[in-house]
Amino acid sequence: MKYSYYPGCSLKGQGRAYEESLLPVMRHLGIELEELPDWNCCGATAYMAVDEGKACVAASRNLAIAEKAGLQQVLAPCSACYLVLNKTQHLIHDYPHIKSTVDRAMASVNLKYSTDIPVRHPLDVLISDVGMDAIKQKVTHPLKGLKVAPYYGCQIVRPYATFDDQFNPTSMDRILEALGATVVQFPLKTKCCGGSLTGTLPEAGLRLSYIILKEAIKRGADVIATVCPLCLFNLDSFHGKIAAKWESTRIPTVYFSQLMGLAFGMTAKQMGLQRGLVPMKPLASAPACCAARTAAAAS
Amino acid sequence: MEMTRTIKYEADRVKGFGEEVMSVPGCEELKDCIQCGTCSGVCPLSIYMDFTPRQVMEMTRFDFKNEVLGSKTIWLCASCYACTVECPRQIKITDIMYELKQRAIKEKVYPRGLPTPVLAQEFTKMVHDYGRVNEILLATKMYMKTNPFAAMGMAPLGLGMIKTGRFSMIQEKIRGRADLARMLETVDEGK
Repeated sequence: MKYSYYPGCSLKGQGRAYEESLLPVMRHLGIELEELPDWNCCGATAYMAVDEGKACVAASRNLAIAEKAGLQQVLAPCSACYLVLNKTQHLIHDYPHIKSTVDRAMASVNLKYSTDIPVRHPLDVLISDVGMDAIKQKVTHPLKGLKVAPYYGCQIVRPYATFDDQFNPTSMDRILEALGATVVQFPLKTKCCGGSLTGTLPEAGLRLSYIILKEAIKRGADVIATVCPLCLFNLDSFHGKIAAKWESTRIPTVYFSQLMGLAFGMTAKQMGLQRGLVPMKPLASAPACCAARTAAAAS
Repeated sequence: MEMTRTIKYEADRVKGFGEEVMSVPGCEELKDCIQCGTCSGVCPLSIYMDFTPRQVMEMTRFDFKNEVLGSKTIWLCASCYACTVECPRQIKITDIMYELKQRAIKEKVYPRGLPTPVLAQEFTKMVHDYGRVNEILLATKMYMKTNPFAAMGMAPLGLGMIKTGRFSMIQEKIRGRADLARMLETVDEGK
């Protein structure tokens, strides 16, 4: 099946390693992705705080474009995009005043919003549409001995639990195990990373990131795997400040898709691993050329 | 010695505020709050709040408009939805926080010097004008408006972003930005 790919602003900006790794991995698994033409920002958590009606209008323009293009499914890898697009559909569905606001905005530019196109997360597509067997078959370089803390963050399981458990999601755990990695018990898997508060109110936001990093180290993880560009940014970017305030928590954080690519035999460079501020150590299972490149990227 | 009254009189409240919020679709369940405090317990940020989420719920319901809209609490909510999914009375607490944030911005009563509402408004301007958000430009704008000195503390991180090829000052624009702006303007016209 063909999916309409909604990257969102982060995957074209500081979170570009997510896109760089996700697209080849999905292609490798036979998933066809076509970028949604002329998509706009989903509004994230910020727009809803200013004007709910406008937030829904901005987000629904993307859904209307997908509908016009005749696309059946939208793939949204960023947690904020995934939640906002889903939430907009819920609000249009449940509240007539939101529906009429959106309809009026659509009519002003000859667009139409008539169906709720499924908005899906890559983890959902991987476990439901691709399947674990197909993923296992593609593993050529198992991540043997790599201990991973699976960190889901908040917004893909809350408030809507569509494809995984709300309190103890396991979709990423299962994928990582299929790659040959050792998944550590990680009770903080859905605890908030601090979101944009690391920038706006760092004294409060940074503590949340610190708690997650500290716990991952305590659990013996070599690396944290995440599904969200903001989670990765928060867990990867503030080690200096966290060390100055509390203690050193230098553990690398990567996108789950980067680990998938490595297990499929793609190189660290192809997976954008050089874009992390705390580099991941080269894997023993990586091909010689790939290990050398990871080492070069890390130095 | 000047003495100030620490207890509010009924007359100090803004009558009708609670009813007004509870009449907004999505906020109706607030009337069912049993003050159990589950929201405050699961909130990862309540330790920094001037009023806990449980207190904000009660104060909203009983018309403490000025205190609630002027609180830091609503801007410490990171929208993680932990309270919403744990609430035994199915109150959409995160959405109520959004409703309160919107009112605080509309009435310009949010605490001065708090960067969160400034960031939110700059964000919406960027979406309106260009259709997309550049995170680096957005953060720069926020720091310039709130705390330019803090921006200097971010210089090492900026350098790290440059080194890892994630730094861009180019504002991406969508082709349909006139359409998007038109769509957003219909919302104001409909109010």
